Amino acid sequence: MSELAGSAYWLPLICAAVLGFAVAMYIVLDGFDLGIGILFPFFPREIDRDQMMNSVAPFWDGNETWLILGGTGLFVMFPRAYAVVMPALYVPLITMLLALVFRGVAFEFRWVAKPHHRKWDIAFSAGSIVAALCQGFMLGGLLGGTRVEQGHFAGGAFDWLTPFTLVCGFGLVVGYALLGATWLVMKMTGNLERRARRSGRVLLVGVLGFIVLVSVWTPLEFERIGERWFSWPNILYLSPVPLATAFFAVVCWRGLARTRFMFSPFYSAGGLFVLAYIGLVISMMPYLVPPAITVWNAAAAPSSQRFVLIGIAVLLPFILGYTVFVYYTFRGKVRADEGYH
Amino acid sequence: MNAVLLARLQFAFTISVHIIFPAFTIGLSAFIATLLILWQRTGREHFHRLARFWTKIFAVSFAMGVVSGIPMSYEFGSNWSRFSEVAGNVVGPLIGYEVLTAFFLEATFLGVLLFGWKRTPPWLQATAAVLIAVGTAMSAFWILSANSWMQTPAGHVMRDGIAYPVDWFAIIFNPSFPYRLSHMLTAAYLTTSLVVLAVGARYLLVDAFKEEARTMMRMGVGMLAVLGPVQLLLGDQHGLNTLKYQPAKIAAIEAHWRDTGPMELVLFALPDEHAKVNRAAIVIPHLGSLILTHDWNARVPALADFAENARPPRVTIVFFAFRIMVGIGLFLIALGLTGAVLWLRGRLFTSRWYLRSAGWAWPLGFIAILAGWLTTENGRQPYVIYGILRTQDATSPIAAATVAASFVAFVLVYGVVFSIGIYYMRKMIRHGPHGAAVAESSAPHALPNQPLASARESTRESRAEPPVI
Repeated sequence: MSELAGSAYWLPLICAAVLGFAVAMYIVLDGFDLGIGILFPFFPREIDRDQMMNSVAPFWDGNETWLILGGTGLFVMFPRAYAVVMPALYVPLITMLLALVFRGVAFEFRWVAKPHHRKWDIAFSAGSIVAALCQGFMLGGLLGGTRVEQGHFAGGAFDWLTPFTLVCGFGLVVGYALLGATWLVMKMTGNLERRARRSGRVLLVGVLGFIVLVSVWTPLEFERIGERWFSWPNILYLSPVPLATAFFAVVCWRGLARTRFMFSPFYSAGGLFVLAYIGLVISMMPYLVPPAITVWNAAAAPSSQRFVLIGIAVLLPFILGYTVFVYYTFRGKVRADEGYH
Repeated sequence: MNAVLLARLQFAFTISVHIIFPAFTIGLSAFIATLLILWQRTGREHFHRLARFWTKIFAVSFAMGVVSGIPMSYEFGSNWSRFSEVAGNVVGPLIGYEVLTAFFLEATFLGVLLFGWKRTPPWLQATAAVLIAVGTAMSAFWILSANSWMQTPAGHVMRDGIAYPVDWFAIIFNPSFPYRLSHMLTAAYLTTSLVVLAVGARYLLVDAFKEEARTMMRMGVGMLAVLGPVQLLLGDQHGLNTLKYQPAKIAAIEAHWRDTGPMELVLFALPDEHAKVNRAAIVIPHLGSLILTHDWNARVPALADFAENARPPRVTIVFFAFRIMVGIGLFLIALGLTGAVLWLRGRLFTSRWYLRSAGWAWPLGFIAILAGWLTTENGRQPYVIYGILRTQDATSPIAAATVAASFVAFVLVYGVVFSIGIYYMRKMIRHGPHGAAVAESSAPHALPNQPLASARESTRESRAEPPVI
């Protein structure tokens, strides 16, 4: 990429960093509220479910907005990648969007429907599970490579479906469930908190299993990823990633095991997610859609990228500011009478 | 059916369902903000009760708006990937700004408004409501800018079939944007005002929640009486703008097949697209010229003046959709002005014929909005970006069967979920505001369900469903 100089080189990289940040925000933030839905089957009591839902209800909408920013961000900053990825991942994408419809409306419908709210419990839970599964499929499908001819998607509707994508899908479901469980540890008291700690430990083991599986599978399956990680001196520079992962895993385990730790399980689980995500970014760069489309050849016109980056530079601090404000407002354990219905 | 038609149907369906909710929440958030400010300033409790009542309905509507809106931001890529490539540089940033300036603001402060009653002070509640109202209007600003650019592109250059931005100010404030934005925002406020008026009228018809109902009726009638005529003027100006930039759309709207003299206004007709004539037409001579050019004798380009492939292929849709929109608009003006006259004479709350018509009128705003969008979007055909990109060249390289399957899935899921949502909103409206003052049970206008009125009052605090409306 040495032929690209100055802003033609840097602008797409900055944009990719911003987009990466939005996606990371999404997976951690919506991850825990999707996780609540994934955990619903294991908490069958109505009063527990009311509290679980109330603990995420003020945030889910803002969390999901990061998904919109991710989608439009790709459209805005890398329209050619957007135009290839969306048709390529059409089936899991549309399925995810429809699943999000069910779980999103359940936040309101469930209360209005009471006492006939069971169907919305199911919609919330199934919607969350299917959405998480599809996001994992999309991730796996993206890593697996997309057939592109003359800049257009040239594959079939189910090209994304491989054993590897299935592993990614189930891995993400377990991962989001871990985030949800650690969120409950932070937000709940008594019996609910105890059970969240217990399921959190099981989920943590599962998550670590999936992390190891994907970390072994990708370098073996995709040569360029193996080269990225295991060639000298990369292996040295990249070694902090697995080491930090191990560190967060230990912190999370300890936090879940001892009741005096309220916050460390959630934050370390978030840390695990961020690290796994960084690992994926390292594997992917500089491709947005491997093996054909890079951040440079998918980039929007420089003036478009610049125009959006200015907006982001001005507005993102405000967005982060009032996001923090809302989380601060609703900090601490959930009170029994928290709902507004 | 081919993939292009399926993709169009899917987009038309998903966005038609979607627009209902934002159109409602744009107005409703402003209404709630107004109520909370009034409550702050006057201390009168019924403003607070009304605000909380409508906030619950707002939450349901907003959730449906969000979940039906997320697919839109992905549909550009999934079904219209070639459009995304051609227009991404220009349209993309406008939608990006919508997310940055509006979506986060709305979503975040909705959390405060819904769940903060016990955790935050009242002034913060009012502030959150104002910020949501601002957010919804900002959202309209950017998305209408993007849509208007597709209608009247400006501020760009085309290189190798791709649009590149040159002047962002010219792109954002493209020629049709100010008209479209003011027309749509006014439509949204009118639509919500009509719903508020209708709910107030229905409560009064059964003597329920009188204090709240009167406030709703006064505010609804006031908005209708002022904004209705304003909308007529805005619509007129929008029409002049369309004649200037998209004359073929105007010709289709008016079913104006041939330019043979001063244009007549077709009140009603059955356009025959094969013979290119109007059947069973009722016309007023010269009025078309007068409305469209503000000149009694001016000529207006007709459909025959445009090449077949440069004018809307279907005249019937735009012709009727436009007439439905205008007809409803005129009815709303009449409803608003009649209400204002009754109000001045002190009979607004007792004229049962008026309460009944207002009570039934609630869906008209939504129908008018959908009809208006059908007009302007079909009138832009055969282009998706006017004069630049044809709709048939804008779709994704996806098999028709895949698009068909997802279309069916959208229709089924939306059909079920949003019907239930609207049923729930109706249920909440029937339930009414909580903790309202007890209505007089010895009202003079006894209704068939009047004996149940007292039972209704006693169950008001519970979740039981009263037989209201």
